[in-house]
Amino acid sequence: METSQDPRQKPLAFSPLVVEALCVERGRRLVLENVGFTLESGESLRVIGRNGAGKSTLLRALAGLLPLRSGRIRLGAAGDDASVGTHYLAHADGLRGVLTALENLQFWAAMLSDPGGAGELSPLEALARVDLAPLADAPVGLLSAGQKRRIALARLFVASRPLWLLDEPLTALDSRARDQFAQAMRAHCESGGILVAATHEPLGCFEATRTLDLDAGGRA
Amino acid sequence: MSSAFVALFLREMRIASRVGGSASMGVAFFLCLVAITPFAVGPDPKLLARIGPAILWLSALLATLLGLDRLFQADAEEGSLDQLHLASLPLELAVVAKCAAHWVSAELPLVLAAPFLGLMLDQEAGALLAVTTSLLVGSPALTLIGAMGAAATVSVRRGGLLMALLVLPLAIPVLIFGVSAAGAATAADASLVAPFAILAALALAALALCPFAAAALLRQV
Repeated sequence: METSQDPRQKPLAFSPLVVEALCVERGRRLVLENVGFTLESGESLRVIGRNGAGKSTLLRALAGLLPLRSGRIRLGAAGDDASVGTHYLAHADGLRGVLTALENLQFWAAMLSDPGGAGELSPLEALARVDLAPLADAPVGLLSAGQKRRIALARLFVASRPLWLLDEPLTALDSRARDQFAQAMRAHCESGGILVAATHEPLGCFEATRTLDLDAGGRA
Repeated sequence: MSSAFVALFLREMRIASRVGGSASMGVAFFLCLVAITPFAVGPDPKLLARIGPAILWLSALLATLLGLDRLFQADAEEGSLDQLHLASLPLELAVVAKCAAHWVSAELPLVLAAPFLGLMLDQEAGALLAVTTSLLVGSPALTLIGAMGAAATVSVRRGGLLMALLVLPLAIPVLIFGVSAAGAATAADASLVAPFAILAALALAALALCPFAAAALLRQV
């Protein structure tokens, strides 16, 4: 069942993110038409557009969770498995209510992190970073929406992955948590990561290097 | 990768123990099905002894389906399924880990309950042993085949019935050889080895094929 040789032992160097002439359908309706951009290491893209413009669809497609009608998405060199270089933060937090905050994070750390990944926080450190260390042993089902969101954000810290796809990352966060997460996004880009965030509101004190307006054609 | 497999298995076991009920509900359903059979076919001990293995197998199959429809649905609703797509563990192995945990937490109790329920159907000691062993060998196949149905209906609300419709035809070979393996122990002239070997082969084939089918279905969501 185990393959003896893991092909991903080499250090992760997933850049650039190249998107070419991307078309994606949802329920026979063409949601994304000819979206294209290139993001180099350290760059960030803010995706804006009205409701239903295709922001979430774009992020799901980038995460490899949707079939493409046409076009191409490439992360890193040809042949790299992009999914192991990608963090995807969706509307759903991906947390199980009957498990504690720490158990949820420990599980995702084991599932998402790469052996020998540098710059990864332990699950407890990641919880401390989002100010939830005192609630480590509380079942997630008892926490508030904002607290669950912060645990989902902590997942980004327990596994070091170069591409962050964030769908409305600041939903339900208080102003202090927003500032902290803006700093985390800046640190991620400064360390060479790539970031794509779909959002209606400004990303706090984080300024994306580029903006993609899905209402005004799909060019960054 | 092996640590991710173990982590997923342990998470599923932990959830099963926290939520509770997955084992006891299945066993209770199993008990109900076996208990109502004599009311339907009449309290003739000879008849019950003869059809006992078949009733135990049918009941175990239905009890299995009862618990399987939520195998991937909770993960899909809470967003964990998207994360599993991105995990360093291939989705096929994630399916195996989830099936293994489901088998231990929900199927194994059925297998362990089978000899006690067999007593209600007037089974001899040898027949009890045979039916329990055949369930032990065959039930992993039921779990894995059911996982395909669960993956196909993951986005269908109340997909349990649809899943049963999809899965029951595929479970027929397991049922045939499971019952004949269990029945061979009591029949004097029948060979015990052949049906058991085929049952084990079906379980191994399910292990080899079903995770790929289930993972492919999950990727379509």
